[in-house]
Amino acid sequence: MAFEIPKTAYSGKIREMALGKGDKAVTVGGETAYPFYLFEGEMPNLPKIAMEVYDMPPEEWPEAAMEPFTGVTDDPVAWAQKCIKDYGAEMICLQLLSTDPNGLDRPADEAAQVVKKVADAIDVPLIVWGTANHDKDTDVLRAVAEIVQDKSLILGPLEEGDYKKIGAAAIGYKHTVVASTPIDINLAKQLNILLGNLGVPDNLLAIDPTVSCIGYGIEYCYSVMERMRMAALTQQDDKLQFPIICNIAKEAWKTKEAKISEAEDPKMGDAKKRGILLEAMSAIVLLLAGGDVLIMRHPEAIKLVREMIADLTAK
Amino acid sequence: MALTGIEIFKLLPKTNCGDCGVPTCLAFAMNLAAGKAELTACPHVSEEAKEKLSEASAPPILPVTIGAGDNALKIGGETVMFRHEKRFENACGIALLISDTMADAEVDARLEKVKNLVYERVGLTLSANLVALKAESGDAAKFAALAGKVKSGSEANIILMSEKTDVLAAGVKACADKKPLLYAATKDNADDVAALAKENDCPVAAKAAGLEELAALTEKLTAAGLKNIVIDSESRTIRQALEDQIIIRSSALNKKFRPLGYPTIVFPGEMTDNPMKEALIASMFIAKYAGIIVLSDFQGESLFPLLVARLNIYTDPQRPLATTEGIYEINNPDENSPLLVTSNFSLTYFIVSGEIENSKVPSYLYVKDTEGLSVMTSWAAGKFSADIIGPAIKKSGIADKIKHQKLIIPGYIAAESGGLEEELPGWEIMVGPREGAHIPGYLKGWKA
Repeated sequence: MAFEIPKTAYSGKIREMALGKGDKAVTVGGETAYPFYLFEGEMPNLPKIAMEVYDMPPEEWPEAAMEPFTGVTDDPVAWAQKCIKDYGAEMICLQLLSTDPNGLDRPADEAAQVVKKVADAIDVPLIVWGTANHDKDTDVLRAVAEIVQDKSLILGPLEEGDYKKIGAAAIGYKHTVVASTPIDINLAKQLNILLGNLGVPDNLLAIDPTVSCIGYGIEYCYSVMERMRMAALTQQDDKLQFPIICNIAKEAWKTKEAKISEAEDPKMGDAKKRGILLEAMSAIVLLLAGGDVLIMRHPEAIKLVREMIADLTAK
Repeated sequence: MALTGIEIFKLLPKTNCGDCGVPTCLAFAMNLAAGKAELTACPHVSEEAKEKLSEASAPPILPVTIGAGDNALKIGGETVMFRHEKRFENACGIALLISDTMADAEVDARLEKVKNLVYERVGLTLSANLVALKAESGDAAKFAALAGKVKSGSEANIILMSEKTDVLAAGVKACADKKPLLYAATKDNADDVAALAKENDCPVAAKAAGLEELAALTEKLTAAGLKNIVIDSESRTIRQALEDQIIIRSSALNKKFRPLGYPTIVFPGEMTDNPMKEALIASMFIAKYAGIIVLSDFQGESLFPLLVARLNIYTDPQRPLATTEGIYEINNPDENSPLLVTSNFSLTYFIVSGEIENSKVPSYLYVKDTEGLSVMTSWAAGKFSADIIGPAIKKSGIADKIKHQKLIIPGYIAAESGGLEEELPGWEIMVGPREGAHIPGYLKGWKA
């Protein structure tokens, strides 16, 4: 039997999208084939990694996750700068944990001022992530959109319950928005349509499919993302042809498997390496399903995943 | 090319005897067409029909068994490119490499790891249970001694690695009844290794540079009467290795290209010297189509996530994993500790129990059997309502463990609280948070 390389019949393309402004702006998307199927099509822009910064000192992080950020965890500006300078971050994701109504409940204006300080101090693209509380995120992200007008931020998560007001503010100040839905391709498509109807331009919209870590349901988001890419690339579903953002770090590091010490359970091995691998392996699995931007935490996990991306796309 | 179920049915005896394991010939024909059954399961099919059907009815990626008995490893038999299209069938094998140049103590330590690095999760046992014995000494007697040692001292299934037929033969002789995988037949030794595999009824790995040569080699092996074949395209760069995996599966499934319709074997340890990166490469191969992944070492910190990733990817999308019903004690609770109830969808259980652990508040979690459905879904389906939870709590024996009568229910089933107060007279029903992430805050403020 003669052997020929089978090829998928693609008919669509993921939209290309510029994130941020100036020299350090990045471009994502543009794929014309399944992730890393480079014998079938192109991946003109490599997936990008945004490093996490929190707007308050994190509690209950395992030591391995804290250690790389010693001395800067109470100062988001210094933290973001450290990520860029020491760890080569090409994007930053500022997690507005302090605004959680079930936690510190910091007022929107205060939180927005912190975002402004960080945005002014860095030149890489900045993702600003709320707490998924509709009322609070509406206040906070609208304030952020207005106060940090000229930076082309990436704002998320926008959910069915709060997309209108946040979306409107983002449109007004030309920020990118991240449409977030709970692991469901139809809901994702619907929210993308709603945001389109609202007036969000196609080049300012990214998808957050809601991701989880290995051991906590990663197979669900894996398959939802694969289905999105299938619909986008082979069924010309233009409402799913958007880059995908995966907010994976906090999912990986909050698990008990990332926290338990080797002394407690010797079979689980070295705790630091295990945490790094849970994060990095989850990232690899999500990349293979179609992740364009990964929000990650540990510098060593990031380094490993960057190497993998380079190897997978090596000429 | 493939026949339809009806075309196959016409060639079957149509006696509906059930000897194949399914009740009717039509059902069996449908299974054959879907690649879910093998024709050999039918003892009554005519020779003529056999000939016509054997080509068409074989699954596009043949299943291969390595080892013997209950613990044998079954790989291959895959029918889809994407797990959501149906499911991935047989979880890939994860093997630990052992060289015959290693000191005895190291060999023992490695066999210990294979035996001990076993994990319980959702009532399943996760383990690797596969070793790849590599002949690096060149000494057939030494290799045979290693194979014999593993056979007698370990339950693990075995891969024998040598391209020298005499060395391989010595290895097989020492552990033939374990039905080891012979790695590898190459274009230079194919006849001899094929004979060895046939003689001992062992599976064999075909190894050739590039897919065309590999296809030619497997055709040679099948011509020699072998069927249990595993393939290695020899790509050792990450990009090419991934592409090969994809092309191999796609050729077999989408083009029905038989010569590549076999499970694969990969060696992440030959693609990097960094153990952390090796683990990442292995995770890629779990998602993308490896049949066997050979690792240069096992460490808990990397093997555990790999085994869980494998469990996740190979979970049947149509059948959610469920946790056993019962009382779970978290953070050493006592008689004054809070009691929570949730559904037995394994994800729900992991998230809820994880958040309770994070809270550090000693608690009881009662997991109700909801047929693997989540809180919302099971509630909507009438499987997680007051008239079901109430009696279950009574029967659970929790009343003997706690002094109070307070039950925390998920926020999403708040509507059941009235019904539960009727079902459980004297109990106070407390509506907990909707989201797992809010459990720690809730529990910290909870008073008995």
